[in-house]
Order: sequence, then structure tokens, then C-alpha cells
Amino acid sequence: MPVSTSSAGLPLWQRRTTAAQWLRFAAWLFGLCLFLLCWKVISDNTMWVFVEDAGRQGSDLLRRMLPPRWEYAEKLWRPMWDTLNIATLGTALGVLMAFPVAFLAARNTTPHPLVRSLALMIIVSSRSINSLIWAMLLVTIVGPGVLAGIIAIALRSIGFVGKLLYEAVEEIHPTPVEAISATGASRLQVMNYAVLPQVLPAFAGISLYRWDINIRESTVLGLVGAGGIGLALNASINSLAWSQVSVIFVMIFATVIVSEWVSARVRRAMI
Amino acid sequence: MSLHASEGRLRAARQGQWRRQPFITGAGRRWALAVAVLAYLVLALGSVDVNWARVAEGAGRAVNFLAAFTQPDFTSRQGDIIDGLIESLTMTLTSTVIGVLLAIPVGLGAARNIAPLPIYALCRAIIAVSRTFQEIIIAILFVVMFGFGPLAGMITLAFATIGFMAKLLAEDIEDLNWRQVEAVRATGAGWWQVMNHAIQPQVMPRLIGLSMYRLDINFRESSVIGIVGAGGIGATLNTSLSRYEYGTAAAILLIIIAIVLASEYASSHVRRFTQ
Amino acid sequence: MLTLEGVGKRYPTGDRALSDIDLTLPKGQVMALIGPSGAGKSTLIRCVNRLVEPSQGSIRLEGDELTALSGAGLRRARRSMGMIFQEYALVDRLSVMENVLSGRLGYVGFWRSFFRRYPEQDVREAFRLLERVGLEHALDKRADALSGGQRQRVGIARALLQSPRLLLVDEPTASLDPKTSRQIMRLIRELCAERGLAAIINIHDVALARQFADRIVGLNAGRIVFDGAPSELTNDILTTIYGEEEWDTRVEPEAPAEERPAPPRAFDAALSGAVR
Repeated sequence: MPVSTSSAGLPLWQRRTTAAQWLRFAAWLFGLCLFLLCWKVISDNTMWVFVEDAGRQGSDLLRRMLPPRWEYAEKLWRPMWDTLNIATLGTALGVLMAFPVAFLAARNTTPHPLVRSLALMIIVSSRSINSLIWAMLLVTIVGPGVLAGIIAIALRSIGFVGKLLYEAVEEIHPTPVEAISATGASRLQVMNYAVLPQVLPAFAGISLYRWDINIRESTVLGLVGAGGIGLALNASINSLAWSQVSVIFVMIFATVIVSEWVSARVRRAMI
Repeated sequence: MSLHASEGRLRAARQGQWRRQPFITGAGRRWALAVAVLAYLVLALGSVDVNWARVAEGAGRAVNFLAAFTQPDFTSRQGDIIDGLIESLTMTLTSTVIGVLLAIPVGLGAARNIAPLPIYALCRAIIAVSRTFQEIIIAILFVVMFGFGPLAGMITLAFATIGFMAKLLAEDIEDLNWRQVEAVRATGAGWWQVMNHAIQPQVMPRLIGLSMYRLDINFRESSVIGIVGAGGIGATLNTSLSRYEYGTAAAILLIIIAIVLASEYASSHVRRFTQ
Repeated sequence: MLTLEGVGKRYPTGDRALSDIDLTLPKGQVMALIGPSGAGKSTLIRCVNRLVEPSQGSIRLEGDELTALSGAGLRRARRSMGMIFQEYALVDRLSVMENVLSGRLGYVGFWRSFFRRYPEQDVREAFRLLERVGLEHALDKRADALSGGQRQRVGIARALLQSPRLLLVDEPTASLDPKTSRQIMRLIRELCAERGLAAIINIHDVALARQFADRIVGLNAGRIVFDGAPSELTNDILTTIYGEEEWDTRVEPEAPAEERPAPPRAFDAALSGAVR
């Protein structure tokens, strides 16, 4: 903490040195300018007449959504079941693939640095690309339907689960690994006895967490044709049936809340 | 698990008979669980109808698409790509800044230990709504309200950011070190002073870390909300895919991956700097 | 049976951990390795079972050159050397029995160990060892549910299940209270006598080394500076090993009262119950 001497010869306390003060000021100024510049780009690309109209549009939308057409809910059970399946099967598939990738990507379990960079590549590409983009790709490849959704969710989950899991593997205690190696165990046996027990709880937690996220994600995959309740949502929006849209929203809200509750319960039971 | 092993297990082990204790005790429960899982798998997989002819037809496209990654086409739609990227990046930055600023009061309000009950309930409701709905759904509503373009996208992302940040911030505040707060309060500090001297120093490093993380998420989300007309690179990507212009699509995806990597690298540096 | 000749170790950082170690350990001898922190004690015993790669020199166990081994040969050599660790190094989430049986991993194939289908005589021997260290009732407990002294007993049982010819012991008492430390050292000593095992024991506590070892080797800055019987270990020699210190003086008249071993904790009572 810098203490300088004032003109009267008394020690003067400042929180930062003068140079640090200026640097901070410059950084804030730069940040502010960048923000204003970005804002300008957005504002140039916006039709402000529509925005002025937003309040009226919003209330209009609300009026058309209410009251919800509850009898539409009966047609939603099948799409909802599909959505749950996309999330669950997709998570299971993704977790199965992420498991080996994580061990190849962790510094302390990878067989070779080259393999490690390859595994990290897989993780980064899977993570960077949103599941909706994966779904768009897969719909053009395997055709519209639940299958595209399942694979999209699985591909997106590899990166998420793989990243968190390999970080957990890198954080294990090294002493049990040393001890098991010292018994003359083979590489696989060391994995099975010293590494796996240490990361299994993290693995279960991460998978559940991803399942939770995937339920949310799978509700919109239908917008690009990959099955589930998103298909119904898309159809209702295209036909401007807003009273059906509100029913779908209520369904999604309830499902997500329930899934969050379920995963919290399972997590507590497991750990 | 019992404190002491049963006599039977001890006797068996003495004779050389030992099996690992199963994770789920009780053979009945184990079987019930296995049957339930199997039944679900049969029902779920049975309801997935796959058009194998279509899949076979698509296999060729998959190969084309993978081949496109070896020669991505950055040039033929250069203008669209650049416009989309600029929109995505500006949306990302502004929405994160606005979202984080708005998340701070909501997060304070959603922390049970410093907020009165009515405010707590309101803030928690905001968080629940924002977290439950995928960004795309919110984007649809905002596009209807604000018209096509990046403004709707920015508001969408800011709204999603509020839910994300406020929840984590509230959890942080709920389990912060209360003794430091009491110590500052004991000096006779007012509410604002307590916030500034006792709570802010404790939550600030994590707040910065989470903001960087959210910046990353917002960029990735900004690449898809264009599908419903909320601006950004997503619209360009969607068009190129539906026109089977795989070279352009591959180029866009590579750019997205590169930017995510760069931002991850930058955020790890920022985090080290602020700690 | 164990011979080290000119063993040296230099870490990639350039730090020289060991230089020119010559050491011969006859069958059945319990040797204590003493020296200040950072003298290279841990590195030395880890060089023997190649958890650390020695940079030069030769290490022979009953005529077999250990430094040249790799793959299956190294695994076979490692299983004939049991190792006991400072922080017990048990796998917390596995049960006591699984931890003990992991001592057989060098002998059984992967799938057998994966499904925990160990041969009957292995299980019988593991149980006998658990009885010997007084923990047979805890066989289904998770390792992290045990106290420090109990965990070290499990670690000892695991090392012995390897049917080793040599024990490598790394600071066995560093995290234990004085009473438990003594019990553990006595147990190791007795087991070595029962089975005619040689042992190298790294230890901080000079008093324990004097009491339980046949021979003491002093290490300083990676070199052997003393090698002899416990009775030969004089204060002058302690000074060459550890540096200048008043070895005999009592600091304060009250000090002896404070040096009394800590009152036995609850687990010690439980332990003595189990041993009886």
C-alpha cells in the first residue's frame, strides 16, 4: 500500500500508486468507449419505430396469449415424452462418449501429449457449438426427427462433461495413485483402483447437471426440426396461435422445475 | 453400511469368500431399478422412429460436410459473415455488461440473509423465469415486441444473464463470511458502507470470474438466436446450411470455435489478474 | 539382498536430490533412514521401486538389476517390494477389504481385479492380515471412516499382502500421535521379524529410530553421512546430519510435563478393544 509524503511533510496514504490509478482509469475509459461503440452498432441496425411500439406489441401479445387454450395440452403429451427422451438418451450417449475423452485429455492419465491435444480439440469444438447448431447440422444429415435431436444433445454434452470431468481427474490426490502403482498394478488397474473411485462422485454430479441443462435445451430443438415440444411450439407460432404457445410455456416451465427437483434429489441420494 | 461387518461375512472372509458390497443394498431394490431402467430404454428407443433410407441418403452429405472443413470457404459470403460476426460480438458485449449490472441488484434481493421477504420472492421469481426458458424462446417473444434485429437479441441475452448471474451471486452472498459483515457493522457503518466494505470484497473475485464465463456463454448463444431473427451470425449460418453451402458453414463454425478458444484464454488471464 | 551402487538423482529442474549412494541391506535387517527435510530420504526409497527414476547408478534386489526393468518386469519387481506411506495413501472411497486386496494387483489379471474376484487364498490371507493388525471387524467400512492409526494399519496389511521380500516405509508416523506412532513402529518391527523381511524406514523421529531399528543411516543433502548401529549415534553425529543444535538440554523445567504423549483419543480406546 503506497504511502507518499505530502507537501507539508506528513505521510499520505493512497489506495494505489499514481501510475496504477491512471492505468485503471484508462482501462475503464477504454471499456466505456467499447461499450458505447457496440451500442452504436446495435442502434444503427435497429428500426427504432418498432421499438417505440414495443409496449403496445407486448400488451397485445399478452392479450392474445391469455387465456391459454388448455385443451391443447392433450396434444402435447407425445411431444413432451419425445423431449424427455431426447434429453435423457442424448445425455446418456454423450456421457458414454465423454468418459474416455476426459481420461485422454487429463494431463495425469493421458497416454501421450498428442492424444491429449486431440482430446482437447474434441472437447473445445463440442463446447463451442451450440446444441441448436448441432441440431441444424444433423437435421440436414439424418433428416428431421427425434434421432437428430438425440445426437445433437449427445455431441454438445461431450464437451461439457468432458471438460469438467478432465478437470476433476487432474485434481485427484496423487498419493493413492502412487501407492497402487507401488503394488505392481498395471496401468488399467491403477485407473480402476486409484483414479476412478476418486472421480466417480464428480462424474455422477456432472452428468446429472448436464441432464438438467439438456432438458431445457431439448425444448427448443424442434424449432429447427429435431423433434420434441419445439415442433409444436414452432407450428403454433407460425400459425399465430398464441393461446397455444402459452400452454406450451406452462408445460416447459413445469417440466424444467420438476427435472431440477428430481436431479437435486438424486444428487443428494448419491453423494 | 453397518458399522461392523456381520458375523456371516467375517466367517466367509476367513474362509476366503468375499464379494464387494453392492452400492445399492437389497437385491429386490437392485432388480427393481434394473427392470425400471430397461423398461424405460425399451419404451424410449421404441418411440424413436428412424427413417433409415433418409439416414443413408444423409450419410453422403455428412461426408461432404466433413470434407468442407478441410477447405472452408471464407470468401464467397464474406460480407454476410463479417456483418453477422460484428452483430454477434456487439450483442455479446453490451448484453453482458447490461445483464451483469442488472443482476447485481436482483442478486442482492435474492439473498435471503440481506433482503426482506417480499423483495426476496420477487427476485427469485425473476431468476426462475429467466433460467427456465431457453434463450431462443425468450428471443422469439422479444423479436415480436422489438422487431427483427440485434436489439431483440441483446435484450434476450441480457435477460438470460440476469437469471444466471443473480442466482450464483445470491448463493455467494448467502454463504459469505458473516463475521466480516458484523465487524464492519460494529464500526457503525451504514447499509451502503456495509455493502462496500464487507460484502463487495468477498464476492468481487467470483463475480468477475462469472462475468467472464457468461461473456463466453453469451457469445455462443448469440450464434444461434439469429435463427429466430434476433440478429447475429446465426442467421447467416442457418441460411448457408439450408442452402447446403457447407464451405461457408464450416468457415463460420471454425470462426466460432476460434473466438471461444480466444475468449477462454483471455478470461483465464483476466481471472489470474484479478485474484 | 538389496544393493545400491553409485545411485544419483537429478530432477529436471536441476536440483540434485541424491549423489553417489552406496548401500547394502542384508536379509532381515530393519534400517532407519534419518536426516533433515529435503535430504533426499523420500527420493531414495522411491528410487528403489522406481516411483522416481534414478538418473544414474545401479540398484539390485537379490541379483536382479531394477533400473533396467520396464513393463511387466517392473511390475513383477514392484510387487516384491511392499511400500507404506506417510499419509497412508489409501483409496478413501474403497472399503478396507478392497484396499488390502489391492496389494494383490501385481498378481491378478485386470478383469479379475475389476470384478473383485480375487482367488480364495488371497482373500484368506488378506483376512488373516486384517486380524493380525486388529481390524477384521472393519472390513466393509470405507477407508475414510477410519482413524489415522487404523488407516496406517490397513496400509501395512496392503503392503504385506504383496508377500514382499522388502518393505519400503516412508515416514509411517508423521501424521500420528506419539502413542499410536509407537504402536505402529512396534507392529512393523514385529511383522518384519515374523516374516524375515528387510525394511528401509524413513523417519523424522530420532528417538523412534533408535528404539526400533537395527541400523541407522544418516542422509544430508543427498549424501550418506552416517552408517552404523543405533548405539553409535552420538550427539556429534546428529550435528553432522542435522546441523548445530543442543541435543540434550531440556528447555524449561516444565517442558517434560508437556512432552508427555497426548491422552489416548477415542479411537485408540476402540483400537485396543479391537486388538484384544
